Amino acid sequence: MRRIEIKRKNDIRGERIKRDIEDLGLSSGKMEMLDVYLLYGDVTDEEFLRIAEIVSDPISEEWGVFQFPEDAKVIEVVLNPGVMDPVAVDTLDVIRKIGMKLDGVKTLKKYVFYHTDDETINLAKKRILLNPLIQHVVRDRETLKILESLEKKTPTVPRIYMSSLTEKELLNLSKSMGLFLNKEEMKRISRYFSKEGREPTAAELETFGILWSEHCSHKTMRGDIKIKNQKSKIKNLLKSTIMRVTRELKKPWVLSAFKDNAGIIEFDEKYAVCFKVETHNHPSALEPFGGAATGIGGVVRDILGCGLGAKPIANIDVFCVGYPDTPYSSLPEGVLHPRRILRGIVSGVGDYGNKLGIPTVNGSVTYHGGYTANPLVYCGCVGIMPKTSCEKKVNPNDLVILVGGRTGRDGIHGATFSSGIMDETTQEEFSSAVQIGDPLREKNLLDALLCARDRRLYNSVTDCGAGGICTAVSELAEGIGAEVELENVPLKYEGLSPTEIWISESQERMVLAAPEENLSELKKIFDEYESELTVIGRFVTSDRVVISYGDLRICDIDLEFLLHGMPKTAKTAVIPMGVESGGEAPENLDIESVFESLLSHPDIASKEWLVRQYDHEVQGGTIIKPLLADAAVIKPLPVKGDRGMVIGHGLAPFYKDVYKNASSSLDEAVRNMCAVGADPSRIALLDNFSWGSPEDPVNMGKLVRACEALYDLASAYGMPFISGKDSLYNEFESNKEKQSVPPTILVSGIGVIDDVNKTVTQTIKVPGNPIYIIGCTYPELGGSLLFRILEISGGGEPSVHPGDSIELYKKLHRAIQGGIVLSCHDCSEGGIGVAVSEMCFGSGLGLKINLDGVPVSDVKNPASILFSESNSRFIVEVDGERKDKFEEIMSGSTFGEIGEVVPSGNLVIENLFSLSIARLETAWRSRRL
Amino acid sequence: MVRALILYAPGINCDLETKTAFQTCGASVDEIPVKKLEEQTSKLLLYDILILPGGFSYGDSISSGKILSVYMREFLKETVLEFLKRDTLVLGICNGFQVLVKSGLLGHDITLAENANGRFEDRWVRLRVRNSRCIFTKGLDIIELPVAHRGGRVVIKDGVVNATLAYIDEQDKPTMEYPYNPNGSEDAIAGICDDSGRIFGLMPHPERFYLPIQYPGTWKDKIPHGMKIIKNAVDWVEAHTSLSGVHRIIDD
Repeated sequence: MRRIEIKRKNDIRGERIKRDIEDLGLSSGKMEMLDVYLLYGDVTDEEFLRIAEIVSDPISEEWGVFQFPEDAKVIEVVLNPGVMDPVAVDTLDVIRKIGMKLDGVKTLKKYVFYHTDDETINLAKKRILLNPLIQHVVRDRETLKILESLEKKTPTVPRIYMSSLTEKELLNLSKSMGLFLNKEEMKRISRYFSKEGREPTAAELETFGILWSEHCSHKTMRGDIKIKNQKSKIKNLLKSTIMRVTRELKKPWVLSAFKDNAGIIEFDEKYAVCFKVETHNHPSALEPFGGAATGIGGVVRDILGCGLGAKPIANIDVFCVGYPDTPYSSLPEGVLHPRRILRGIVSGVGDYGNKLGIPTVNGSVTYHGGYTANPLVYCGCVGIMPKTSCEKKVNPNDLVILVGGRTGRDGIHGATFSSGIMDETTQEEFSSAVQIGDPLREKNLLDALLCARDRRLYNSVTDCGAGGICTAVSELAEGIGAEVELENVPLKYEGLSPTEIWISESQERMVLAAPEENLSELKKIFDEYESELTVIGRFVTSDRVVISYGDLRICDIDLEFLLHGMPKTAKTAVIPMGVESGGEAPENLDIESVFESLLSHPDIASKEWLVRQYDHEVQGGTIIKPLLADAAVIKPLPVKGDRGMVIGHGLAPFYKDVYKNASSSLDEAVRNMCAVGADPSRIALLDNFSWGSPEDPVNMGKLVRACEALYDLASAYGMPFISGKDSLYNEFESNKEKQSVPPTILVSGIGVIDDVNKTVTQTIKVPGNPIYIIGCTYPELGGSLLFRILEISGGGEPSVHPGDSIELYKKLHRAIQGGIVLSCHDCSEGGIGVAVSEMCFGSGLGLKINLDGVPVSDVKNPASILFSESNSRFIVEVDGERKDKFEEIMSGSTFGEIGEVVPSGNLVIENLFSLSIARLETAWRSRRL
Repeated sequence: MVRALILYAPGINCDLETKTAFQTCGASVDEIPVKKLEEQTSKLLLYDILILPGGFSYGDSISSGKILSVYMREFLKETVLEFLKRDTLVLGICNGFQVLVKSGLLGHDITLAENANGRFEDRWVRLRVRNSRCIFTKGLDIIELPVAHRGGRVVIKDGVVNATLAYIDEQDKPTMEYPYNPNGSEDAIAGICDDSGRIFGLMPHPERFYLPIQYPGTWKDKIPHGMKIIKNAVDWVEAHTSLSGVHRIIDD
């Protein structure tokens, strides 16, 4: 084995780590970071020099094996066995391709500390440099093997004897195997196998565990709910609320809702667009970078697996994390600091999304103590496809084809593999719970797949997400049947058991169904795009899913039973009661100082540091870019003409009244979109719930209320839901104390617009133009940012007045279409005060506002007017010469003229204060991670 | 018709908009995966403009553009030299610029390293053209384009490099000051051109500004700056192939 160490002449990474250490309140001396490549195999000196030249830069770096002074402390960090190292894979590829023989490459990170005490180094290791789930410090004399391979064992088919088990024993079996199946479900499975006249294999039970899981089947949302305090019952919550909106509205432009991997709407005569938002909460809490990156990877594959595959054209990312100034001492054991989590997820999403060439056009960060141990990571993706590619259908005799990355132990939970049952020992050193993404593999897959789609070489496709090949094949085979030979599946390393291959959640894989005659052309395309393609089986008309590994029969289950035989769950709910009212700001508030604390609060403060780390302009179609407006406007490239779409989202987790929480989330999504010029009659919505355990009737009751709120408001607005996802077990247990996330409903929206030129940003434009407010302000500051800063709990929270709101949205759309509105911003967190400030930033202009012009309902003090977060309100700049026309359009709705754009750089709120924009902007930009 | 070739490599992601921008400027554009071109390198000789687009070729493993630059050197160098014997042009944008630099096609005096702030950065920058020989920037003085990269900091080996494009501040002066110079490039270099004026590499993305609506704000000028750069290239080839009277016989 030979070693090449690379030092950067300008060691930016080392300096950054030093700063990070100092951020922890510790002091560190000089710090260096080096890259190390280990080369395995016979290499001549000449070849060694050539390789060194490839892995280093002759101008900005130097290479060698360096000596460090004796007082310097050196640690080397290596990835745990089984964790993917794309750099090593790619380096080995290039070396082999240019004609050198090498057995393997491994990479390490080397950190050199000067004048730093051991305690500091230990804390730095723990909090900055490594995550034990994926990395470890190279121990003295540790032999670093080239490729990890498990000891190869003769594959077996472990059987589970369940027919004679009692109910209690069945439940214990479910627990010990980590199946998360309940008593009824286990009994149903046991009966099924009795009828089949045999005992199940471990793989078969795993298959049920996956397909009957909350994640795959949404049994809570689709099950029965008994409402305890109202003596009533709900059958299928999802169908009776969220899906009901879509059914009742019957919008002809909804092409597919709640069926495929994403919801699909019409774009124009030729194209359709699809949209999906997923959560990746738990993996991101454990390993923020990898968890968030694979979150993006997963939702992008949903889009690639929607219909016959759509081209991803935009990503959205919404993060909910704990407060950045949370003291380390208050963190429960095993919880990463919110700053580290946020940094990790931001760079994970950026790295993966940027490398896939998908612009990240919209997103937000919300801070709340309830997210400290349970951070939420929502990843969304929008795709475009020809309308002719929306439908897919597997034909009997089609081949089952696995494409993309190789299969390893990634994402198989160690707990599932307790050796007693499986008769296979999971090597402790294998860290399998955490997945590391490889964006290059996914990009190749994306390019190859879309090329094959355009030549219509396959009949159906789906992604390998949760449950891997097991879920993908079972779902594709619905109504037909499939036979799969697992021995054909290409592996990352030897030694996986057949069951592991079947359920592995390795990233960057998809399954195609294609006729045999297209195989050679498919192979050619995937080869050109450097993506792997393997035939692993055939779809047959047996109505069964039959999985073999050589001569061994791993799994043989009736598909109808597997996909639809699950007993309905029945959950109990207690509907929350009691509504608080009265929410005015305290009298005699020092408005000026409160105002600055609002602007520098992490929720409001500029996210520019974060947004700029994402490529938001790749593909050339981002018309309204992030930081400029409440929502994004994009014009997809393959489409001629001016048609485009608006993408936005909203969430309001601070409102404890869950009905108001849900309706405010929906309203925020819609008003963000309308603020840039979306047509309210062409908006489709997505719902994503992150909740505490539904086993708790109180949580369940809140879920019911939230769904009812979404039904009520979406119906009133005439906006169908097209897709959704729920993540229902966001709890963290520490010292027997359960902590769950605040009920969080992310509503995302997508709206088609005829002309992307008829959209507006939030920055004020022309001095002298009048400023209006649209919508009514109510005394409902409960849960508002002002109350949170002042630590006032309780108080009435914002309601939505659906009839008034939708009228406003329609009128605003007309005004923007007519070119009368030059800039527009919605009022959300921080109310009018924050909205008018943000409109000034970057404009070089100022605003003069008089609160007397604000239409209010029973609000008494000016601070309440300035900071109320009433829904459905906008601040607009109107073309001064067309004021009359604007007022004519708005007549009949609540609106008022409140001031004008001024050339000076001041924000003047008459009778209250006059502050320089520069000062406000400094406060707004004061936070950086 | 002017024929442009976009070299696709795994991880390239600005190919489609680059293609559309060149087509808008009147060129016919083909895109060929590098793997295919390596098998039959002479295909390159059928084209007038070779474009290395933006993205993350081979995942930017090792360093930005490095692996593709190794392949360029190992498998395509001679063909590219042959290609350059005619009146042809080479354009490298962002990752393509990194590839040109690291493969030695733009000399051996500079390299591109990670941004001074260690982060990926997407923002619009102001630039000044400093080299009159460069065919791509002819007739341009001060322009605006977006950058989006993580490894765009120019490091000069020694001596002076003839910068074609420089990051400038609000007073139109080349600057080292962030954010005007978004990556800490030495000598404020945003792009360089070879002595012939025909091989040009730059970090900013001209293909992200070939339509007025791509500008953040109101665009009042007539032709977007990115389009001007691309049009310069297409027009030059058009003029040269007809001036010299040499019409290509090869066609598909």
